[in-house]
Amino acid sequence: MEQSKKLTLERIANNIRINIIEGVYSAGCGHPGGSLSIADIMAYLYFEEMNIDPKNPKMEERDRFVLSKGHTAPALYATLAERGLIPMEDIKTLRKTSSYLQGHPDMKGTPGVDMTTGSLGLGFSASCGMALSGKLDNKSYRVYTVLGDGESEEGQVWEAAMFAAHYKLDNLVAILDWNGLQIDGPITEVMNPTPHNEKFRAFGWHVISIDAHDFDAIESALAEAREVKGKPTVIIAKSTKGKGVSYMENACEWHGQAPKEDLYKVAIADLQKIAEALN
Amino acid sequence: MADKKATRESYGEALVSLAEKYDFVVLDADLAAATKTGMFKKKYPERFFDCGIAEGNMVSVAAGIATTGKKVFATSFAMFAAGRAFEQIRNSIGYPHLNVNIVGTHASITVGEDGATHQCSEDLALMRTIPGMTVICPADATEAHAAVEAALLHDGPCYLRFGRFAVPNLTPELVPDYKFELGKGVTYKEGKDVTIVANGYMAHVALEAAELLAKDGIDAGVINIHTIKPLDTALIAAAAEKTGAIVTAEEHSVIGGLGAAVCEALAESCPVPVLRVGVEDKFGRSGKVPELLEMYGLTAENIAAKAKRAISLKK
Repeated sequence: MEQSKKLTLERIANNIRINIIEGVYSAGCGHPGGSLSIADIMAYLYFEEMNIDPKNPKMEERDRFVLSKGHTAPALYATLAERGLIPMEDIKTLRKTSSYLQGHPDMKGTPGVDMTTGSLGLGFSASCGMALSGKLDNKSYRVYTVLGDGESEEGQVWEAAMFAAHYKLDNLVAILDWNGLQIDGPITEVMNPTPHNEKFRAFGWHVISIDAHDFDAIESALAEAREVKGKPTVIIAKSTKGKGVSYMENACEWHGQAPKEDLYKVAIADLQKIAEALN
Repeated sequence: MADKKATRESYGEALVSLAEKYDFVVLDADLAAATKTGMFKKKYPERFFDCGIAEGNMVSVAAGIATTGKKVFATSFAMFAAGRAFEQIRNSIGYPHLNVNIVGTHASITVGEDGATHQCSEDLALMRTIPGMTVICPADATEAHAAVEAALLHDGPCYLRFGRFAVPNLTPELVPDYKFELGKGVTYKEGKDVTIVANGYMAHVALEAAELLAKDGIDAGVINIHTIKPLDTALIAAAAEKTGAIVTAEEHSVIGGLGAAVCEALAESCPVPVLRVGVEDKFGRSGKVPELLEMYGLTAENIAAKAKRAISLKK
């Protein structure tokens, strides 16, 4: 990847991280850790990979995105705002009674949200349905879904994995955010769902493992997925939960709480520092 | 006597007969032979998708398909469609109000020998609590066929319940100019002393009960409420006003189904005595269907007895 392109993506991802913090801080609650961990992937999907039109979010031929780990809605909203699908100023209305930005994504109320999610496992299945429908109609659109590693403890994830391989959904790409932490602790201690790569391979998927914060790796993985025929692709993306905010990195307690004012300022300062380094 | 046919047969036939007219796909969870989606599978294999024994996934897959503008029927036994996949129905289909028709066959006691684990007497209660969900329980073959098309044309999610056991196809002779309308009850018989409000398997049993009552000089009306939600409150309240007493009859728990819906509606519109015939907060069991119907009180005799009791409670 060219340096200028990478720099642009890094700036976008950092903006997304800033707006994740702004949203969660304004709401006084929410899920910053797993939102920060997927910011780079969201930036690449919405600015490079997916065929979407911000002026026509329901364009029939668009690529679909399903945030199966729906609790990281702040990352989705920050990305939609960055891409011009929703007004930037609405980010601070997150989770407020008068806002359309629900705690978990609501496809009926939010432009650019292709599927209502929040209950883990359900979005992954829905993305399979979208991909199946595309195949049925010979449509060229692709379907992308982001799963949590903790989410993979849900049995439905493996029902969906079986389904996607059985129906040869090679227009479907699942990205598993392997940040290693869930609410109650490290995923390997709470209920170990690993090894994901071997499990997905055994379920008939094409498996690619990458660093979730390396744009070269994200780009080549998504390009590789486009070449895979006859089976779906899963990208196991090793990430840092809380990425970019010093005290949130790899800290389980920031899975699902908002910073108070002092720590909010630290978070923004951390991200501003990164922004300056990227200028 | 009218021909007998299980409403699930009509479901399979309706899917086939409507396939050319409408764009839809059918999902099943390894029960195509029993739910009768197999008829559709045979004729339109490219529009049929077996999801295997994974009902939760099937329901969410159906939701994903619906987001692309296609109508979907997601089919299993009532227990596994409405029961096992309840949360998927609520969150993937109900909340985003998607055009998915959830179909539950083999509901309640008339499943027979398979017993309690498969006799879902709670499906209508579960589905009724989901905002925006239309809940349909047709009485016979004619009505079941019409309900499938109505669900296809309806904008929003529907739950349709079809039975395993053959029932007389009474509609053609009872209602000459029959037209199925979602949310509108069907008056089988006018009466003046009491009204029996029934649906599904119990609709024809309600007519038998009315005949029994007639022998005792009691003029009972019979209404078939095929759509439990939205409920035809106007028709039910008018019947309550006219006859002053109601008996409900359903092959479902007396908690949360037709009987409960009627009580809720009449409490707010026209309070009269209401007695409920249904599964009395019990699990089912294995057995021959006629024996189970007797054991669980899903009989014309029980409806007639409750009708007399309801009449005696009139003020």
